[in-house]
Amino acid sequence: MSAATRDPVTTPPRRRPFKWGSLGRAVGLILIILIFLGPIVWMILASFKLNVQIYDASKSFIFKPTLTNYSTVFDPRRGNYLTYIWNSFYIAFMATGLSLVLAVPGAYSMSRFMMRRSALTVLMARIIPGISLLVPWYFIFARLQMTGGFGPLILSHMFVSLPLILYIMMSFFEQLPEELEEAGQVDGLTAIGAFFRVALPLSVPGIATATILSFIFSWNNFMFALVLSGASTKTLPVAIFDFIGYASIDWGALMAASVVVTTPIMLIALFTQRYIVTGLTAGATKG
Amino acid sequence: MRSNASGPAAGPASAGPAAPSPGRGTTSFHQGRDPNSRRERFSRWANKNRKWLLAGPSVIFVIALLVIPLAWTVFLSFTDAKRSIRRPFGFNGVENYTTALTDTARFWPSVGRTFAFTAGALTFELILGMVVALLLWKPFRGQGVVRTIVLLPLVATPVAVGMMWRLLFEPNIGFINEMLSWVGIPPQPWLADPSTSLATLTFVDIWQWTPMVALILLAGLTGLPEEPIEAAKVDGADAWQRFWFVIVPLSRPVIIAAVLLRGIDALKTFDILYATKGKGGGSFHDVETLNVYAYGLSFDYNEYGLASAVLVLFFLMILLVIWVLQMQRKGKQS
Repeated sequence: MSAATRDPVTTPPRRRPFKWGSLGRAVGLILIILIFLGPIVWMILASFKLNVQIYDASKSFIFKPTLTNYSTVFDPRRGNYLTYIWNSFYIAFMATGLSLVLAVPGAYSMSRFMMRRSALTVLMARIIPGISLLVPWYFIFARLQMTGGFGPLILSHMFVSLPLILYIMMSFFEQLPEELEEAGQVDGLTAIGAFFRVALPLSVPGIATATILSFIFSWNNFMFALVLSGASTKTLPVAIFDFIGYASIDWGALMAASVVVTTPIMLIALFTQRYIVTGLTAGATKG
Repeated sequence: MRSNASGPAAGPASAGPAAPSPGRGTTSFHQGRDPNSRRERFSRWANKNRKWLLAGPSVIFVIALLVIPLAWTVFLSFTDAKRSIRRPFGFNGVENYTTALTDTARFWPSVGRTFAFTAGALTFELILGMVVALLLWKPFRGQGVVRTIVLLPLVATPVAVGMMWRLLFEPNIGFINEMLSWVGIPPQPWLADPSTSLATLTFVDIWQWTPMVALILLAGLTGLPEEPIEAAKVDGADAWQRFWFVIVPLSRPVIIAAVLLRGIDALKTFDILYATKGKGGGSFHDVETLNVYAYGLSFDYNEYGLASAVLVLFFLMILLVIWVLQMQRKGKQS
């Protein structure tokens, strides 16, 4: 890549002369689009094909779209897919909401009082393999006769959401100047009042970031639901496996089910791209 | 914690004197507030203890769901708990650990696969992630669109991603072999063959998570100071030299952060392995990593004692990796 393409100071932004470097760059960008978007487009196409058409890979792009697979997925005789969608949504919503209530004040306190040990304890939740907690959770929830209900699922998803929100919010509060809250206190607010009236309203962008990411991670979570969900509390990632039989796989329906679970998340990503990027890189760029 | 939740809405009820009082001394008469009323006393107490009042619920939640269960797992690892969770069990010392550590059929191969998968995925994700980050670094027309496209793999549900690649890599009907046939390469077995399945799944992981690494590195690049890069250019360094001797050293903390974040998750990969190869990492256990192995021990074989020992060993390995990386980071900084 030539030097000029990367330098905004010496190169005018438009109408630059032809350079091999910018051609290489264009090829690179096209490759990126093909590699990352291609498989997803292909999955969506496959979900509109009959299995006969899927079985002939040479005719991948010439076919008459059909909704057969989607009617298979939503066929009430197979299992109640609408319920699974609702379960996924409900669990993600509750886990995110409850985690926000706990983690936002927690993040504030931990960043203002430099509670390093507490922060490390919460960080452990992101490091530990989830399975090492699943056995004890399963023991405990079985003892409490809670298995199969929404309670254990929401709690287990909160276990993912809460540390995530806490870390995003901590790096957010660290950038929020403390002087603003002090000014609020001079004006007669108590310290807690300054948090609710000054810091919290200012942290809405951070909360939005944390909410979106937490919702996505909960929606996508598979392992906890695989163990803890019952027939009526199944989530979408677990329900996908309904289309894999012992003898054969209903590829069309499997792809349709995969599209159903990924579409909402990808739509969210399309509209909230900026927030997601901020959240994913929070903490990483401070070194 | 409930009061925290209702705080913003309830506002004046919890937040002490709301309006800036005209005269400080008149506070007790102002709006009928009595400094010794129950509400004022609670407010003073709450403000004095706000550190733990605000942070406590989070910490308690994590302790309840993490520390106690983890202690329980460590305890189980020294017992012969198996089959039913209601069956009585007793201590059997370090037997589970010796069983695991002398098991060359399942345990050690899983360890090898876990680290091979992670190392392979991380290496490619770092290199390709850096390439993508450099391509997206300086503004161009359509940058937003490309950034959004790059974001899609990493937000997509991993199980669905697994299913998608399962069909793409299908030896007979998959599109990958179809594409290979265009350039005259014979069809490959991919996931169907024990010798290629783990590498194929490493590729899937690279596809899904290169964007994550790229975005972290890109955030780092965006924050880089202009001066050293300019200075190197004035001194006659070409693009590669500027990249290797200026940009990479400056990005070092971000690179290590990306390795840490991604590495921990790669070690624990479960979803795509289970979605493509099912229980036990396939009929020949060819993609059975430690996480998949421990899952099988726990929920297919109900060997809770042995599973716990494997998990404790796994956790120790993760901590060791993190410790080594942290030493790297600190060692070079001082």
